[in-house]
Amino acid sequence: MEGNMLANFDSIREQNMIALKEVKEKGAKVVGFYCTYGPQELAVAAGAICVGLCGTKEDPIPAAEQDLPRNLCPLIKSSYGFAVSDTCPFFHFSDLVIGETTCDGKKKMFELMAKIKPTYVMQLPQTQEGEASLALMYAEMKKVKEEMEKHLGVTITDEAIGEAIALLNEERRTLKEFFDLNQAKPAVITGMDLLKVSWQLGFHANRKERTVLLRRLIDDLKAKAAEGYHVGDESTPRILLTGTPTGLGSEKVIRLVEECGGLVVSIENCTGYKTLNQYIDENDPRDKLLLLAERYLKIPCSVMTPNTGRLELLERMIKEFQVDGVIDLTWQACHTYNIESTTVGQLVKDKLGLPFLHLETDYSQSDVETLRVRINAFLEMIQE
Amino acid sequence: MTVALAVGIDVGSTATKIVFKKDQGDIHCHIRPTGWSPREAAQAGIRALLEETGYSESQIKATVATGYGRIALSFADRTVTEITCHGRGAAFLVPGADLVIDIGGQDSKVLKINNQGKVLDFLMNDKCAAGTGRFLQVMAAALGLDVSELADLSAGQEPVKISSMCTVFSETEVIGLLAQGVAKGAIVAGLHQSIARRMAAMVGRLGKPETKAVFTGGVALNLGVQRSLEQLLGIPVVTHQYSQAAGAIGAALIAQKMI
Repeated sequence: MEGNMLANFDSIREQNMIALKEVKEKGAKVVGFYCTYGPQELAVAAGAICVGLCGTKEDPIPAAEQDLPRNLCPLIKSSYGFAVSDTCPFFHFSDLVIGETTCDGKKKMFELMAKIKPTYVMQLPQTQEGEASLALMYAEMKKVKEEMEKHLGVTITDEAIGEAIALLNEERRTLKEFFDLNQAKPAVITGMDLLKVSWQLGFHANRKERTVLLRRLIDDLKAKAAEGYHVGDESTPRILLTGTPTGLGSEKVIRLVEECGGLVVSIENCTGYKTLNQYIDENDPRDKLLLLAERYLKIPCSVMTPNTGRLELLERMIKEFQVDGVIDLTWQACHTYNIESTTVGQLVKDKLGLPFLHLETDYSQSDVETLRVRINAFLEMIQE
Repeated sequence: MTVALAVGIDVGSTATKIVFKKDQGDIHCHIRPTGWSPREAAQAGIRALLEETGYSESQIKATVATGYGRIALSFADRTVTEITCHGRGAAFLVPGADLVIDIGGQDSKVLKINNQGKVLDFLMNDKCAAGTGRFLQVMAAALGLDVSELADLSAGQEPVKISSMCTVFSETEVIGLLAQGVAKGAIVAGLHQSIARRMAAMVGRLGKPETKAVFTGGVALNLGVQRSLEQLLGIPVVTHQYSQAAGAIGAALIAQKMI
């Protein structure tokens, strides 16, 4: 994308560090989230600022490895490393951290993190099916609400939850609209820009301003596209990235695809498209916490078994985004995504007849050249 | 009419392979150590092959570079990955094969290919050089042998089990086995089998091959590894006199299409 269009997004994280410090000094409350399972609506309803804390940079990993094993997912190590070395201002300013029992690595890491910061770890069911799972999710929504009320010293009303639901629905719809611009062929947004925009927005303390900024970008892009603007061309290989989360600092696979002449047209992971079409009916009169429980239980994450929703989403995205090949990224030692890759590969190769590449790596740069060969060869498979 | 030459260059970690391909007829092949400079190895190889064949530099109409040193060859018209090139080259050498097993100096890969040598799927070894040519070189040195002696020494021997695939740990293990008085032939047969097992596991992940496999890369010169692979895979594993140059041949074939 042309530089000036993204100028507003380049420094959201930096600007909000300063803004956060100022509002904290005036008494604002901050809740830190690591995962898309965290019900941000409740923090918004509590009048708190939500910040995304999921670790995407390599820098704090050595600090984390003083307490955590080396052979562990880099995302968990990075998240914990930022916390334990006090090098993440967003963690620093958080009054409460919401964790989840997504995978084994995370749930045990949160035990250690709870020694540094008030942490509530949501108990997630292992499956999306059955009444027991929904009952647990509902009970956890109640617990999260109570914990927030206790730690933030507020009362969360149903009315406020309803308003937060509407606000986040709108936010997700807008972000989906942004991603969906790339259904056009040729595409209009590079994968690196998709990542930058979605990752930076997560740090914006003002929820309404987030959507305003993004709306302006969508309008600009639509106007440019109408004048013939695009990235890549008709023959550029269109890659769908799926798998573990990505952010700035852990973007190497996206960068390599685009350096090698491909284009990541969409990103099916929890920092990308995975949860963007999951809305809550604002007119549903039932208990708001139940509505939240239902919505969050539907997230098609590999920690759920079975996880057929991810396959359905992938199949739909492959068609809608006119995808030529799928790259499945697994962070080292992430068992659930690593194993699920076999099923995803079967869908892509056997059912849909498209090239599929599974990559397992970490946040380091040590394997960049061997990754480059694989990605280059994968793009050659598509082009030749 | 003068002959137009397509040149393929595969700069591997250990050897540089140069291939001339004419519109019709045979290929010409030259192999030399890569040494410290990929660019110099490639240029010296081209000069040597021009001298050997009597062609002149002006007859070179297209050059494609592949292999880990491909980026260093700025004079090439195009660079293509060794994965795509091995597929093309292997299908040229052994028509009808649906699998390529390539073991080079520092990496190994398996490719599923179609009749034209187009790569349908592939897997490459991970971050280390376990089970590659370098692994065999280190083991041969530990046994006081040259790699070229390994195949003959292992023929007909009952393989001893080698448990580690890490070059460093295997070396320790081999020295330990020698100290226990285990015959060198049995140790070498064991090393071949452990390499073959590793490759067979990679093949298994790609799905079962149906017809035959082409064995390429420097380790394809070792008949002991080839025999072990055939036993484990249950299909013919074919080598060719130009197996080591399959990547360069593929590069030359791609170059030929550019003329």
